[in-house]
Amino acid sequence: MTESFEPVIVGFLCNWCSYRAADLAGTARIHYAPNMRPIRVMCSGRVDPQFVLKALREGADGVMIAGCHPGECHYVNGNIKTLRRYHLLKRMLKQLGVEEERVQLVWASASEGKQLAEAVDRMTEQLRALGPLRWPERVLGEDGRGANGHEAFVSAIEPREEVAA
Amino acid sequence: MNHKPMEEARIGVYVCHCGTNIAKTVDVAEVARWVGEQENVVVARDYKFMCSSLGQDLIESDIKERGLTRIVVAACSPHMHEKTFRGACQRAGLNPYMFEMANIREHDSWATDDRAAATQKAKALVEGAVRRVAHHTPLEPLPVEINPNTLVVGGGIAGITTALELANAGYHVYLVEREPSIGGHMAQLDKTFPTLDCSACILTPKMVEVGQHPNITLLSYSEVEKVEGYIGNFTITVRKKARYINEELCTGCGICEEKCPKRVVDHVFEAGLGYRKVVYRPFPQAVPKYPVIDRENCTYFLRGKCRACQIFCPTKAIDFEQEDEIITFQVGNIVLATGYDLFDARRIPQYGYGRLANVFTSMEFERMVNAAGPTGGKIVLRDGVTEPKSVAIIHCVGSRDKNYHEYCSKVCCMYSLKFAHLVHERLPDAEVYNFYIDIRAPGKGYEEFYHRLLHEGTHFIRGRVAEVTDAARQPGEEGKLIVQVEDTLIGKQRRIPVDMVILSAGLEARHDSREVSQLFKMGCDFDGFFVERHPKLDPVATMTEGIFIAGCAQGPKDIPDTVAQGAAAAARVAGLIHLGTVMMEPVRAYIHEELCSGCRICNTLCPYNAIVFHEDRQVSEVITALCQGCGTCVAACPSGVISGAHFTNEQIMSQIEGVLWDVRRNGNGKQPTVNIQQSTANVQQPTVNEP
Amino acid sequence: MSVNGKPKLAMYWAAACGGCEISVLNIGEHILTVDEVFDLAFFPCIADFKTVDVRGYPDGYIDVCLFNGAIRNSENEEMARLLRKKSKILVAYGSCAYEGCIPALANLTSKEATLETVFLNNPTIDNPDRVLPQPAYSVPEGELEIPEFYHTVKALDQVVDVDYYIPGCPPEPHQVWAVLQVVVAALLDGAPLPPKGSIVGAGDVAVCEECPLEKREKTITRFYRPYEITPQPGLCLLEQGLVCLGPATRSGCGALCPQVGMGCRGCYGPLPGVEDQGAKMLSAIASVIDAGEAGMEEAELDRVIEEAVATIPDPAGTFYRFSMAHSILRRANDSQSDKV
Repeated sequence: MTESFEPVIVGFLCNWCSYRAADLAGTARIHYAPNMRPIRVMCSGRVDPQFVLKALREGADGVMIAGCHPGECHYVNGNIKTLRRYHLLKRMLKQLGVEEERVQLVWASASEGKQLAEAVDRMTEQLRALGPLRWPERVLGEDGRGANGHEAFVSAIEPREEVAA
Repeated sequence: MNHKPMEEARIGVYVCHCGTNIAKTVDVAEVARWVGEQENVVVARDYKFMCSSLGQDLIESDIKERGLTRIVVAACSPHMHEKTFRGACQRAGLNPYMFEMANIREHDSWATDDRAAATQKAKALVEGAVRRVAHHTPLEPLPVEINPNTLVVGGGIAGITTALELANAGYHVYLVEREPSIGGHMAQLDKTFPTLDCSACILTPKMVEVGQHPNITLLSYSEVEKVEGYIGNFTITVRKKARYINEELCTGCGICEEKCPKRVVDHVFEAGLGYRKVVYRPFPQAVPKYPVIDRENCTYFLRGKCRACQIFCPTKAIDFEQEDEIITFQVGNIVLATGYDLFDARRIPQYGYGRLANVFTSMEFERMVNAAGPTGGKIVLRDGVTEPKSVAIIHCVGSRDKNYHEYCSKVCCMYSLKFAHLVHERLPDAEVYNFYIDIRAPGKGYEEFYHRLLHEGTHFIRGRVAEVTDAARQPGEEGKLIVQVEDTLIGKQRRIPVDMVILSAGLEARHDSREVSQLFKMGCDFDGFFVERHPKLDPVATMTEGIFIAGCAQGPKDIPDTVAQGAAAAARVAGLIHLGTVMMEPVRAYIHEELCSGCRICNTLCPYNAIVFHEDRQVSEVITALCQGCGTCVAACPSGVISGAHFTNEQIMSQIEGVLWDVRRNGNGKQPTVNIQQSTANVQQPTVNEP
Repeated sequence: MSVNGKPKLAMYWAAACGGCEISVLNIGEHILTVDEVFDLAFFPCIADFKTVDVRGYPDGYIDVCLFNGAIRNSENEEMARLLRKKSKILVAYGSCAYEGCIPALANLTSKEATLETVFLNNPTIDNPDRVLPQPAYSVPEGELEIPEFYHTVKALDQVVDVDYYIPGCPPEPHQVWAVLQVVVAALLDGAPLPPKGSIVGAGDVAVCEECPLEKREKTITRFYRPYEITPQPGLCLLEQGLVCLGPATRSGCGALCPQVGMGCRGCYGPLPGVEDQGAKMLSAIASVIDAGEAGMEEAELDRVIEEAVATIPDPAGTFYRFSMAHSILRRANDSQSDKV
């Protein structure tokens, strides 16, 4: 690929460990690749595999899911469910021709800002080497209208009402 | 996308400079200008300090005057200021959950120097927030009643302080202590620095007060086995280990201890320096006063005979049949004050502890100089009679050392100075050497104490000790322990022969702190210390609501700091009890029962057992009061009929679209492919590409 | 409406197996009502119409067109566009038109690989000259054309606007009849039609609701392929380790497959509010796999989980059996070839 290729990574960071690890990395002024764009979820267990596919579908070159270490989950074992899904998802993504490096699961506790930063750097490097994924134009060859019917279909579905707390 | 038209989405976006913290790296004006052109954005501003009252006023007046219905602030971490800005929204009459923060400081401007990349990332994060907030719905915090009882785990000075503060405020406390007596490490100490107060003299009155307090249920020789529930309403299960003593009959007279024919080395209270009986109280002032039979060593338990204690007990209180008791109770809050372990000096073999007889640990020395200790307060070598003529005190054993603990244990310098003073006091002719890296004496009267020691004639040698050895190489070294050190002030290797070496071991997290943190579902750091909610501004709270920490469980600290934390934790708990109700984040899962097929996939996923299955209707339901909002069931539900408030699929999917604004079609920063349907006439419409 | 006042009905067969046509005929004696109510305007399977006939119709001439089959080649697309133009109501009929179905599993591979398997490397093929279909071919009589074979199979709504969807592989006759009744009522009596874009002839709740098998808490240690075990009757198949997509699939079929011991294959498509049926089922199944717990060493954790998920040998084919074209990613990435 061209030398200027900078991968875009969507990061799903759990509120208690990894989001705080990223906070800590910033507070400690640890400089790392600005390629990861974090999205906060309460637990890595909230990461619906649909989110991962969605991010790839919308043009991300990679997805990082980051959560508390096994045994340290704020919600006891949400991250174990994440791990199970991740393993099965990885097998499926392989069939879908998505290279293994593009979807990574990282454990980073709230005190591991440095480790999270290193993981982002490492993944960024790997993706630079792999080149872009950019699903819409490179896989689907979309002209911009590519999402056509799909969107029309989904918009017919009423979103759910939210919690009546 | 599956997005409902957001008729009322009038979004205000505020990009904070944070002085230069953000503005230095992110082109905040450009971000604000750009986001002002995005869909649904009615107002976009950049401002020096959004968290200032003027910054908040800006939001409030825009809400009122421009009719904003959703707010995005791009600034620091939501963990820092989410509450602040939610408050601003609320004051202006907007539901506080119609707000979203984009973290462009910690996650962006502080993490790179590349201004172009940081600005691009900031746009992505802001656009993510803008798209997400368009799908926010008004939410109400969930009120939770606070049970006024409190569990305090650990009966050292931290736990004692917390328990007494709360009990004296009129609230009931369950104080659980693993050992047979409360008192903790402080009960083992002789004098306290820098005032040289007798440790036991200041501690025992507090212990007695705990033992007698009508508001304190003291569960000693007990351990917490299970913690269920959440803030306001924890159910605690405690195992009260069998003491083999009937506490109702025992008067604490001590005859059993006197008559017990067997003694064993006391590795706990006497730090291995002395003995205790098999039926014992760790020390005479123990609270509670009841002894414990050490089952593993008791002749009766080992061989079925002896019973000396039982025979001599005047109140027939010995009960060899006693079993562990499981006690369950409810509390609203928990304070963990589980203390520390002393670094095991054996881990540094070159210092010779355990191999060279006259190398002592700091705790051994504490017991030795204690008038109630094994030597009656006499400073002697391991033979029990010889007084040392020279003593070396080695600082930073296990601390400030990449091989063991990188952190400073904070108390060792001061207690080492105290040791030096005590040697001077008891053995005026002895030479005392303190080997230090730096003397750390930040505390009231601490530096003055150091100066006092300088005048008392202690030799201070700056350098990390390489080795303690008994291999003599020079005349005068025979029969001595030689301390090999580079004296960094004179730049020379020195060998200093002494009679006694004291290793000032550092403080480390309890060996089982990780299991304890899991039991209580809260975090501990890499070193095993419990993680506070904020290192500066919230040092006694944890990430888990209703669980607080105090003392060395959170990190090494001295007695005054420990007491301050114990009291601070009590104040936090008392505040919650006084309120009676707390408001919880309404981040909860909800099952749309009319759409639930009853497949039961979710039933086993909840660690809080918040999901119940109704056999009659064949549907599952989330019990809101038990749900903690992790969203694992939401992600797992194959029918998509569980929604997670404030983290809905629509919100997260929109955010994904937003953060990928620049790559969604062709990576050249053009507008996104798909746009949210708009049906409002009066919303300022940015240019939107129509496919 | 046309001269005789009867509404016009069309049914067209794109990339599909033909089961959809059968399912319409399978509505039994109601077919007589259909015949009574409608005039057939185009129905190549049962009546002799030509494409030129359709071209000759004015736009919107056909009242209801049941379009089945996926868009696999240029002819499918051309017909979809033509019928869209000529029809008032275009219905994506059956799983292929709705979400790609079995033909769209070819999206897991490339056009070249598909042609290779079909025309070259296959034990039943004898093609020594390695001839592959060419879109255009010159013969002495002139230029011959066959439709262009597409790289990616699409659902109908990915090429034209669709009014309604009837899921199923094929749709169940009673559902077909129910839908036709609504349409007839609308056309003859002006009764309201469901909102455009609706999925009709199916329920809003998962198959499990219709499934009589007993459901208990799920702890599954491994999965089996259908031939490996004989399921215990009366008990949820998923719990017994047979992959069943029932929890992630719209009801409407009456849970036919699970009742005969075959796990639901998912042909009625995702539930409302679910964008990607495969990802959702994957998430659900992985979540309840009883492998790995919080106290384990990380390497051991990875090992036991990997071992458990490996009992599902073909996750993409299993979870996207019917919905590949409508899945979020739609097809496999085969763009590596042009990477340096």
